[in-house]
Order: sequence, then structure tokens, then C-alpha cells
Amino acid sequence: MQAFLKTGSSKLSTSKEKVTPSSSSSSKESKDKRKHVPWVEKYRPRCVDDVAYQDEVVAVLKKSLEGSDLPNLLFYGSPGTGKTSTILAAARELFGHEMYKTRILELNASDERGISVVREKVKTFAQQSASGIRPDGKPCPPFKIIILDEADSMTGDAQSALRRTMEKESKTTRFCLICNYVSRIIEPIASRCAKFRFKPLAEDVLKKRLRYICGKEEITCEEEAFTALLDTSEGDLRKAITHLQSASRFKGEETITKDDIYDIAGVVPAEVIDQIIKVCHSDSYEKLDKTIMEQIFNGHSGMQLINQIHDKIVVSDELGDKQKSIICDKLAIVDKYLMDGADEYLQIMALCTTIMQQICHADK
Amino acid sequence: MSLWVDKHRPTSLNKLDYHKDQASRLKMLVQSGDFPHLLVYGPSGSGKKTRIMCLLRELYGSGVEKLRIEQNSFTTPSNKKIEISTISSNYHIEVNPSDAGNSDRVVIQELIKTVAQVNQLETSTQKEFKVVVLTEVDRLTKDAQHALRRTMEKYMATCRLILCCNSTSKVIPAIHSRCLGIRVAAPTIEEISQILQSTCKKEGLNLPLELAKKIAVKSNRNLRRALLMCEACRVQQYPFSPDQEVAEPDWELYLKETAGMIVQQQSPKRLLEVRARLYELLTHCIPPDVIMKGLLQELITNCDGQLKTEVVQNAAFFEHRLQLGQKAIYHLEAFVAKFMAIYKRFFEEGIADLF
Ligand SMILES: Nc1ncnc2c1ncn2[C@@H]1O[C@H](COP(=O)(O)OP(=O)(O)O)[C@@H](O)[C@H]1O
Ligand SMILES: [Mg+2]
Repeated sequence: MQAFLKTGSSKLSTSKEKVTPSSSSSSKESKDKRKHVPWVEKYRPRCVDDVAYQDEVVAVLKKSLEGSDLPNLLFYGSPGTGKTSTILAAARELFGHEMYKTRILELNASDERGISVVREKVKTFAQQSASGIRPDGKPCPPFKIIILDEADSMTGDAQSALRRTMEKESKTTRFCLICNYVSRIIEPIASRCAKFRFKPLAEDVLKKRLRYICGKEEITCEEEAFTALLDTSEGDLRKAITHLQSASRFKGEETITKDDIYDIAGVVPAEVIDQIIKVCHSDSYEKLDKTIMEQIFNGHSGMQLINQIHDKIVVSDELGDKQKSIICDKLAIVDKYLMDGADEYLQIMALCTTIMQQICHADK
Repeated sequence: MSLWVDKHRPTSLNKLDYHKDQASRLKMLVQSGDFPHLLVYGPSGSGKKTRIMCLLRELYGSGVEKLRIEQNSFTTPSNKKIEISTISSNYHIEVNPSDAGNSDRVVIQELIKTVAQVNQLETSTQKEFKVVVLTEVDRLTKDAQHALRRTMEKYMATCRLILCCNSTSKVIPAIHSRCLGIRVAAPTIEEISQILQSTCKKEGLNLPLELAKKIAVKSNRNLRRALLMCEACRVQQYPFSPDQEVAEPDWELYLKETAGMIVQQQSPKRLLEVRARLYELLTHCIPPDVIMKGLLQELITNCDGQLKTEVVQNAAFFEHRLQLGQKAIYHLEAFVAKFMAIYKRFFEEGIADLF
């Protein structure tokens, strides 16, 4: 790795000499670079107004943009609903580009956030004073914002330490905690914050945003591809945008179809699921074994398989309520076991033999 | 002299022998000079690594093949030193973060931060980003996976990640949704047979199709294994003959014998003997889940329909406990004991029914 890094750094030093004289070429370069920006970043809301669908929080933030005070914030909700984007946009609007560095501290799960860091880094930052006037003389909010993204991965101890800092520095510092599950934030912190739930984005909102991006990027998508995007993203706009960009990368100029999207999203083809359900009717362990083995060889994700099997079982006409409940009970166990790292083949076999049992021998 | 597996490894996307559609899509992907973070997944021996290297070569040229192996040390916040080895070229670096055990989070963060901060500036000939290849990401701690989330967004400008794993079930959805997933299915028996034949041709050897098929089947659709087996056959006997014996690894035979012993007799004494053999396998570094599945496969053939379901359910139960627990032997032994009980009961009931 040393050499790997060295080549880079040596270039860094030579470049210092180069960059200044040829500043004209650097603008061209940056244009090139822009092409490579991932769309999730490119289409991240720039201002609070751009944030779609989360009206409640937008209203509160806009008030603070007009000069009123800001409470401590707790954003929670599923991934890709705009939590990080919202606070970043608000921060940028509140403080402008220049003051951003001195007024905003952003810490996320990738940073060290143990108890000692909370005590030192956060505390030191919180204790710095913040005036209500910008260097250019314009007014700005007299506080700093500490953003703790992905806060649900902080330990309880670190959170407790945070709570004390929060209390002490309430004059000059506002906190914004972001997490997926509000239950992972300790009660004393949660109760000190204004809580906002970020709802999974509604289908029409997702679709509008995706269409907008398609227009900007000049790519063509068949209508059903949008349906596929909504289908596979579960209200997660990040996922939908990533899938869209991946599909366009794969296809070049060609029209993106629904199959492209399903393929990229790792969805198991419907025929495969049908076939699995069909062999569950055969009452033959060997046939089942062969079918499942085939799918493991194909590399389909075990989690994805059981999710799709679940969707079929729940709406099945031939199975009674009791049979369905026995199968779903097993399905829940298998889901948990897979998360724990159990073997995919064994778990799927356990699920499918249960289904087979329920289909072929339910009365026994 | 290098092994056939390494010697005849394809080095460009054009030369990949199977999943050609995917290869051409990958080519399309990097043609713009850029790509998103990738999550490459599929069973072992399906050719993930080869595909990744071809992709890098397409992107950076033959410079990525000049590899260095280096030892790196990292210091955790609690001042623990961790040594870890990496493989790198001027353009990419590969690391297996699970080598760092519970400190994997620190290692990944340090690594990516350092890589991301060192810019490449000769943009005319090179890309603006370097690539970090992380293998076995399904073995990363949850802590490390969570830490990756924002890092992946933050350093996107200077660094791309290629994550590689067997099973995506263990990768948290947040990471999944930041990557383009690339599924690499195991090659089919036919595909493997063909590759074996063409490899032999390159070696100036003639491999009968029948033998190629036989090896492919025995390899369990694992191409790496198939090539190794094929080379072993060559050492054993040349010219090849179609009905030539394809040697299985010793431990597989040993495992089969062990299963046979379990079916033969169900008693505490036998359980003790089996335990000793399981220990033997574990000390030879055969992964416990492989042992469990191997046993299951053999035991099942001696069971009747309903019994099969019960046995596989138990295997799934004990293998899960094995993943969570510390000592694999407890759970393997528990499974064997359970099987003995079920099997014996079944036979006794069967005999009782006769009278
Ligand atoms: N409410 C929203 N309005 C507009 N864009 C959004 C919204 N939610 C998510 N996005 C898009 O999804 C991407 C990820 O959003 P982000 O704020 O990082 O989600 P998270 O809630 O996981 O923090 C953004 O780059 C943006 O393009
Ligand atoms: Mg976020």
C-alpha cells in the first residue's frame, strides 16, 4: 500500500507546480469531472425548498431561515427519504459557503464517535462562541449546528455523554440527530429534540423526481421501467436513482426496460419463484433439493428469495389460514437466522420443506 | 511454474468464457471512464475476482497487473496495533478486511480515507479515482458496514469501492442500495467442461469430453476447483482416458465415511467416535458449515420422505447456532446426536408397526 499511496502523493506535489500556470485548463477538467458525479449526489436537494414530500420539517426549517430559533432536531425514517439532504441543505442556506466550516460539525458512523470523542471533539466545538453577524456584516443565526448522522449506531454511553453536552451548550449549539430507528436513541435525548418522521416517498413523488432526472440526463425509459423502479425501491429514492443510473450506464443510448431494472435490483425472475412453489407441490425432497441448489449456484440472494416466496404465499388461494400462518412463522425464523449469518442453502431448504409439508400433508 | 488456474486466467473482459452478456455490459459500464460502487456477488469459484480484475484492466490498462503485496499496520483508538496485508497496483488496492477481526471498521476507514485523500492528478492518462477492492464483505461486522455508508458517499469523487462477497444476505440494505449489484452465477456443467477442454488445449493436451464432464460434476460447479482437479488428473495419468478416476479430496471421503458410521449405529459410544472424527476435520481447517452440509447430504440419502424434512430442519437449526456460537464442535455434535435420536426412533416405530 505504501507504494500505492506514494505514487499518488508524488503526483500531488508535482501538481502544485503545475496547477497555477494552467488554471484555464482546470475549468475544463472540472466540467469533465461533473460528468462522473453519481446522480444521487448530483440531484441532492440544494435548498430546503427542493426537498420533496417532507412538508412538516420543511416548514420548521424555513421559519428558522427567516430568523426564528431552531430547536434540537431528531430526524428518523427509512433510508433514502431525504434526512441527510435536508439538514445539509438547511445548513448551507443558513450559513452560506464561507461560514459552513466554522458553524457545522458533521459526524457520522464512519467517524470515531466513542465516548471520548463526544466528550472532546463535540464539546470543544460546542463551546466555541458563535456571533449573529457574518464576516460580511449580514445577520446570521447565533448558533452552530452539530449533525450526528446515523446516530443509531452510537453506543448508549456515548449518547449519555452527548446528553450532558446538549444541556450545557444549549445557548450556542443546536443538535441534529439522524437515524433509521428512533427507538435506538436514548429517551433523555429523544425528549429534548423536536422529532420528525421522514415518510417513505409516495409513488407519484418518486416518479416525478425520476422523470425529472431522465429529462435532464436525456435518457429514455419505457413506462413500465418506472413501475419497476417504484416496485423495487420501497419508497427509497436513493435506491431508485442508483438503479436508474446503473441501468443507463449498462444500456448506453438504448431505451431502459423493466427487465433491466429488475435485473439490476437483484430481483429473482418470477418464473424461478413459480418453479420453486411448483416443486413444493411435488412432495419430493430430491426435486426440491435440486431446484434450490440450482438457485444457490445462480447466486441469487437468500433474503431476496424468501421475500419473493413470502409475497406468493400470502396471496395464495390454495393454502388455508392455518397453513399460511405456520409457513409465515417459519419464514420469520429463517429471516432472522439469515441475518445472523446462517447458511442460505440450509435456511431456504428449511423454509421450503415446511411449505412442502403444508401443501402435501397439511392434515396430519 | 504456476497452476493452470492462475496461468490461464482471462485478463480482459472480451476473453471471459461465460456470462458473455454480462461481460459486454461491464465493458459498456466502464466505457464512459467511470462506474458506480459495485457489489459483486455469487458462489465461490464462480469467477468474481477474475471479472473484477478484467474490469480494472479495461479501466486502467495493464498497469493494474503489476501487483505488490505489502504489510500495513493500523492503530485503533484504543492503541491496539493491527497488521494486515494488502495487494495493490498503482491504481487499486485490495484488502480482506475481515482479517482484522473486530477492528475491521478502523482498518476500512483508515484505508479509504488515506486512499481518497491522495488525488491522482495526471487526469489526461488516468482516472480521477482509485479503486478499493474489499473482499469477503459478508464477513464484515455490522459496525464496519454501518461505517461504510456515509464514507461511500463522501469519498465518491476520488475513490470507488468494489465489494465482493458470496452471500448478500449478510450485507446491510443501506450498503446494497449504494452499489450496483453484479451477480455472478456459477458456470454450468457444460460451460465448465468446455473451459477445461480449452485449457487443456492450451497446454497441448487432449481432454476427452466425457472426462471433462465428470470433473465438472464433481467440482460442484466451482471452476477453480474443477481446474485444480483437472490438473491433478493430468499428473495422475496422461494420455487421459474417458473413464479415468477423478480423485476427490481426502477430507470429503473421510466425511462420507463418517456419515456412514452415523447411519450404521446410533449409540453414545458411536457418537464419541464420530466426535473425534469431526474434530479431526475441524483441525484440518474444513469450515464447519461445509462439514454440516456434507453430513446432511449423505445422511439424507438414508432417510424416508418425512424424515428428510425433519433432518434438514435440524441441520438448519444447528448450523445457525453454530454461526452464533463459539465452538463449532458443540453444534456439529448436537446435530449428529439429534439425527441419531430421530433415526433410531423412526426405525423402532417402524419395527413396532410390523407387529
Ligand atoms: N425528500 C426528498 N426530496 C428530494 N430528493 C430526495 C428526497 N429524499 C431523498 N432524495 C434523494 O435521495 C438521495 C439520498 O437522500 P438522503 O438525504 O441521503 O437520504 P437519507 O434519508 O438516507 O439520509 C439524495 O441524494 C436525493 O437525491
Ligand atoms: Mg443519510
